[in-house]
Amino acid sequence: MQYMLIFCEGMDQFATRNDPDKAPAYWGAWMAYVGALNQAGIVLSGNGLQEPATATIVRVRDGVRHVQDGPHPDTKEQLGGYFVIEVPDLDQALEWAARSPAASYGTVEVRPVLPPPAQ
Amino acid sequence: VTPPPDSAHRAAERAVRQSYGRLLAIVAARSGDIAGCEDALAEALRAALETWPRSGIPDRPEAWLVTAARRHLGHQRRHGKVREAAQATLDVLSTAHQSTENEPIDERLKLMLVCAHPAIDPAAQAPLMLQTVLGLDAVRIAESFLTSPAAMGQRLVRAKTKIRDARIPFELPDRDQLAPRIGAVLAAIYAAYGTGWEDVLGADPRRKGLAEEAIWLGRVVVGLMPDEPEAKGLLALMLHCESRRLARRDAHGAFVPLQRQDTALWAKDMVAEAEALLAAASGKASLGRFQIEAAIQSVHAQRAVTGVVNWKALILLYDLLLRVAPTLGAMVARAAVLAEGADAQAGLAVLDALSNQTANYQPYWAARGHVLALMDRGAEAATAYRRAAGLSEDPAVRTFLLTAAGATG
Repeated sequence: MQYMLIFCEGMDQFATRNDPDKAPAYWGAWMAYVGALNQAGIVLSGNGLQEPATATIVRVRDGVRHVQDGPHPDTKEQLGGYFVIEVPDLDQALEWAARSPAASYGTVEVRPVLPPPAQ
Repeated sequence: VTPPPDSAHRAAERAVRQSYGRLLAIVAARSGDIAGCEDALAEALRAALETWPRSGIPDRPEAWLVTAARRHLGHQRRHGKVREAAQATLDVLSTAHQSTENEPIDERLKLMLVCAHPAIDPAAQAPLMLQTVLGLDAVRIAESFLTSPAAMGQRLVRAKTKIRDARIPFELPDRDQLAPRIGAVLAAIYAAYGTGWEDVLGADPRRKGLAEEAIWLGRVVVGLMPDEPEAKGLLALMLHCESRRLARRDAHGAFVPLQRQDTALWAKDMVAEAEALLAAASGKASLGRFQIEAAIQSVHAQRAVTGVVNWKALILLYDLLLRVAPTLGAMVARAAVLAEGADAQAGLAVLDALSNQTANYQPYWAARGHVLALMDRGAEAATAYRRAAGLSEDPAVRTFLLTAAGATG
């Protein structure tokens, strides 16, 4: 079963990425987690994302393109990265979600991947 | 973060859950229908949890709950919502509280044995016990077992349906059946307490949040089975672990491994109670897994008096434990103790032999890092510590392991 782990972080956490005092601990924790995921051999894909301020939002309404400086407003937490993993059941996906650094300072959403449509 | 409730509040909640568990057990034993009893008692439980902490514990707690349940069912009936089955439950409830006094065998023991029946999904046993005996809701239980509330709810419903439809008997099993069933009850309580404490580094304290409830269930079981040494062993084990709660973090919130904990911070009353339980259990001359694990924790506790860790005693106890209960956790902890107390090379050899079943087992990688560091194999130690950090849930533990990796690699 495939699950997406969606990591959401607060703005203060994004700020620690570039804080010389805190960045080593931030990246060290993520490197260790990503290492353990890879060692487990369950990763199908995944990426970290650049800061929310780099986001751009696009909408087309009535044929008109609306382009807006991102990210989506009005949320305390923003998408920071994701993994798609292959594990037997939800409980194991939750286990991996709990191990992520984001689980202890942000949130991790766990969602089953939609299976491909039957041919 | 909610502040910890004061002791009066806690005592009231305890009384609510004690009385609820007793009533549910009696009614369920007569009808076999746990879910039906829960329905009948749910509102009474909710009202009691709200009222007693403010107004104090009533003189006759079970009678209070029965009255509240009857009032609620009466209200539902007036509104045409009551099911046929609820009336039967109400009838049983009405006489139930009178029989809670002078009951020769507490029905809760039977209820726990039903929850730990081999026909019940092992993953449901501990949650079922917490729900039926203490009245905890599925959401709270799911949080602690790291599973989704919906899945936990389903699991519990399935288990209760099975008990009713398969007619799992509410009886004390025969003597030869009783021992394994009691073992299952104790294992379920220990699962509720949280795993990982056997790890000698103390590096995997999953904060499952049910520690207090599990200790409380442990006390209930010791009370129900005064002649069962393993029940005392389990309670002693949990109390030893619990006594160190304050010592596990320093003033800055950093993780402190067992051997570096300030023993002055250990809760002396819990240690004393654990030691007394262990002594009482050993009088029965029947040694089991929980007594051995409690004895291991007792050796660690002696450091508060002697100032040193008796590694020889620990090695002997782990050897004994492996004969009784060869779990992965015990094997890893024994390797770490062997490395620390006798021969690092031998400890590493044991770890190497386990490596095909430990890919995602955090305590293994923490222990491996520790043993390699003892052997001055810094780069390999750092790799193992990092892997352990990547498998850790607790940010304080993760930081501790990454710092250890930085110091060795």
